[in-house]
Amino acid sequence: MPRIFAYIVHKAGVVDDSAAELVAAAKRIDPAANPTAIVAGSGPELDAVCASLSASYGEVWKIANESLAYPNAELIRQALVKVVPAGSIVLVAHDHFALDLSPGLSIKLNAAYVPDVVEIDGVAGPQLKVVRQEFGGQFSTHVRCDISTGAVINVRPGAFKPTETAPLAGTVVDKSSAIGPLTAKRRYLETVVAEAGDVDITKHAVLVSVGRGIQEKDNIPIAEELAETLGAAVSCSRPVVDAKWLPKSRQVGSSGKTVKPKVYMACGISGSFQHLAGLKGNPFIVAINKNPKAPIFQVADVGIVDDLLEFLPELTNKIREAKQVSV
Amino acid sequence: MEILVCARRVPDTSENEIQLNSAGNDIERDDLVYSINEPDNYAVEEALQLVAKASGNVTVATVGTDDDEEILRREMAMGANQAVLLSDDAFQGSDGKGIATVLKAFVQKNKYDLILTGVQAEDGAAQVGGMLAALLDYPFASLVNSIEVLDGGKLKISREIAGGNKEFSEIDLPCVLSIQTGINEPRYVGMRGIRQVASVEIPTFDASALGVDPATVGDAGAKVKRDDYFVPALGKGAEILAGSREEIADKVIELLKTKGGLK
Repeated sequence: MPRIFAYIVHKAGVVDDSAAELVAAAKRIDPAANPTAIVAGSGPELDAVCASLSASYGEVWKIANESLAYPNAELIRQALVKVVPAGSIVLVAHDHFALDLSPGLSIKLNAAYVPDVVEIDGVAGPQLKVVRQEFGGQFSTHVRCDISTGAVINVRPGAFKPTETAPLAGTVVDKSSAIGPLTAKRRYLETVVAEAGDVDITKHAVLVSVGRGIQEKDNIPIAEELAETLGAAVSCSRPVVDAKWLPKSRQVGSSGKTVKPKVYMACGISGSFQHLAGLKGNPFIVAINKNPKAPIFQVADVGIVDDLLEFLPELTNKIREAKQVSV
Repeated sequence: MEILVCARRVPDTSENEIQLNSAGNDIERDDLVYSINEPDNYAVEEALQLVAKASGNVTVATVGTDDDEEILRREMAMGANQAVLLSDDAFQGSDGKGIATVLKAFVQKNKYDLILTGVQAEDGAAQVGGMLAALLDYPFASLVNSIEVLDGGKLKISREIAGGNKEFSEIDLPCVLSIQTGINEPRYVGMRGIRQVASVEIPTFDASALGVDPATVGDAGAKVKRDDYFVPALGKGAEILAGSREEIADKVIELLKTKGGLK
């Protein structure tokens, strides 16, 4: 069985939640796995990260370098290629950093690459068997990966539940001197925080959220009218922002806002994992979609297979009528 | 600026309800409507805007078959100066590295300052751009949502990172960027535009023309293989409300009252 490494991302000295999930993923590859964490960064923040990781990993490889103070995937790839032994399996959480790092890392390690893995079925001979999703989560696929020269496996955040284990007393191994000089053709400048926008969707208990099924900008008032009768706000999924029908500040998802409403009405939203990643706190989800196979119906509490352009006005009218009766 | 955009033809999920085939090992591909992978369309638009500001040409390439010519023509109707089809039986069954290997061979026969891809295709892999960059030893950035040309062979770019924040970097040319949707508003392509390029000849390059070793690509070279498609069974699934539209609306109102959505 190849040696398993987990590249761990961190921010301001705090280990990402994916660290424990990558241990769980490693154990799906090999129940006896004792994966090694690799972290890169600089200064006391990196030491704090190493100390924290040594409770969940038996060995933590630390790569300290001033030029790694900000996680530049190009530099981190160069460092990893120096330290990761040939034939290893490297696990990475499938996020915006991994999209930069992992494809190129697999090339430089001459290793196979499987992105966004949601389940691992184990190893059979030279092959690792995993499950991925395609078409925005509508279909899953069994994928075989030849790991005879190693593999880089990107694991979907949240897909592997960490197991409760007694804390370890892992050792920290300093690999900083092994990486040599690093040169960047891409240089980090700054991070600009997203604008707050006119409506703060993170503060609302009820969200009427629209996706591609709203079809055109002129239909947005249909959702706004329902939201108004409910005292809710209108949020949306990525395609609606891409089409400039609503501002970015209304987007729910990994590249938008994280919301915790009590009730979430997903209208014409297919339900990609990037969208669902922004939905926390176990809300009551009502999904309205024309496509009975839309992945949103797998996570929703109740589903309505209908055209939202017909259904929402009906619902709005009924709520208005009910209010008049009660007044 | 000479720009190459790598594009792909994919099943159009807004035009089809995609189904599993009766054997349960693939999606049903008969009568499927295909179109350009949507993020690739943003990449072509971005390329067109960049050459309009400076100068240069936009070339669109795809690894595929004769059927894929339709998306190349569409992108030419949008304004791309030329399109090329990289096609060989040996390319069939390629994994991400196989596709990147074919594209690398084409890039090395030409000279491009900038190579763009869409952020991902229907397989959600988001891998070919990063692999191509590594094979060429070019710098790479994913999820790019703004590009500004600087003096001295550099770009200032931003990436869309968690929470919709923008991570700005400077990147040397030549480089490979994967383009996030929403970076621009792709222009409309009418039937007239498509007709105007309907008879333009699209150059095709096969493995020998590209100098690609067939053993390194296609099914033969693939380390990653998809066995089947299946419908995921996640959780209990939603309770699908039945009845007339009016009855369902009444049920939703009752549920909203119970769950705190309606006072």
